[in-house]
Amino acid sequence: MMSTAVLSSDCDPAPVANRREIRDLSHEAGDGKKTLTNGTPNSIGPWVEELVAIRDLRDETAFVRVFEHFGPRVKAFLMKAGMDSALAEECAQEALVTVWNKSHLYDASRASPSTWIFTIARNKKIDVLRKQKRPEPEDLVWGPQAEPEQEDIIGLQQESEHLGRALRDLPSKQRDLIEKAYFGELSHSEIAEQTGLPLGTIKSRIRLALERLRHQMK
Amino acid sequence: MIAMTIKHHLPDELLMAYSAGELSEAVNLILATHISLCDDCRAALAGYDAVGGAVLDRCDSVPMSASSLNSVLELIHAQDSTAQEKEFRVPASDRTLPEPLAAYVGGDLDSVHWRPVGMGVKQAILPTSSDATARLLYIPAGTAIPDHSHSGLELTLVLQGAFQDDDGYFGRGDIEVASENLHHTPVADISEDCICLAVTDAPLKFKGWMPRMAQPFLGI
Repeated sequence: MMSTAVLSSDCDPAPVANRREIRDLSHEAGDGKKTLTNGTPNSIGPWVEELVAIRDLRDETAFVRVFEHFGPRVKAFLMKAGMDSALAEECAQEALVTVWNKSHLYDASRASPSTWIFTIARNKKIDVLRKQKRPEPEDLVWGPQAEPEQEDIIGLQQESEHLGRALRDLPSKQRDLIEKAYFGELSHSEIAEQTGLPLGTIKSRIRLALERLRHQMK
Repeated sequence: MIAMTIKHHLPDELLMAYSAGELSEAVNLILATHISLCDDCRAALAGYDAVGGAVLDRCDSVPMSASSLNSVLELIHAQDSTAQEKEFRVPASDRTLPEPLAAYVGGDLDSVHWRPVGMGVKQAILPTSSDATARLLYIPAGTAIPDHSHSGLELTLVLQGAFQDDDGYFGRGDIEVASENLHHTPVADISEDCICLAVTDAPLKFKGWMPRMAQPFLGI
């Protein structure tokens, strides 16, 4: 049985903060057909609609879909990071509870759903395996009067998918090295400066989204 | 306001290791503090987090136990009333200590428990896990820190004032990553007392006659 400690700040997601509703999401995304199915061509990005429905509508059906997709992947990730099956199961459950409880921190202009859920799983890993909390950068939040631009959201989600394809297309030796780093099999001095991944575009896109956010915060 | 003049940033391998969760607590603290002041590194970190997301996507799935979904739904029902607190905070960018650091100090600069260590220099060691050490340093304007080298990692982040060494001029928000076996003698800028956060993951080695003074200074 899980303890209430699962909701300690130690497993908070990275502070990508946006609590504003994404309006007319599906209309901006493509041919105007409304869809809540992940990965369809006119979707804004896989799982974005589900996370937004969880965040803004507390939609439990969307949560069940997210749970069924991400729960087994988070469990696999945590097992690769060194947990046994029982511990990984418990931590994956806790991570998904965090997805529900911290969904107001999800900002689709700065992270894809996979990225955001990765940060939750990663913090859970540090919390449990290292028994440490992880100092996080100061939170940047959208104020009551503003929200991210649609083009920033769509652009970021597209760049995230592009990055996923680039990782898949890397030579297997290079890809293994990156995966090892994220599973915790490399020390920081073994991590190479060059990943072989095209990170420039996604960085500049996020930088632009941050500038807009800073402007709103003035 | 966020410092727009930051010239010295975090190297990619440290950002990736921070994203992967492979650094010690003290190193995480100095990175989180720098990123709080530096949107270039915040964006770069988000890029590495996106790599983590892509790695998660590639994971094979391991089935959850049969009762898993019900347990999780019970939990979210039990906790939903207290969740989703939508507080809106304006970041305290006028403070000297960014939020992650303030959490370790227990407030801003006036909450630091300084200990004098000679030559007008003061330090405060912060409570982190013992695999690396985080300390705040207060260096009077114009003072030099003893020449030293390191076998491990040494990171220095300026919070107030500035210092100069062989690698250049470091002002608020700038972070210096000292490479292995680099000898350097940072000197605080003459115009203002300098406050830095310094993190080391191995004992420092001192040269010449200075160690006698430097040992109590660094507490190692």
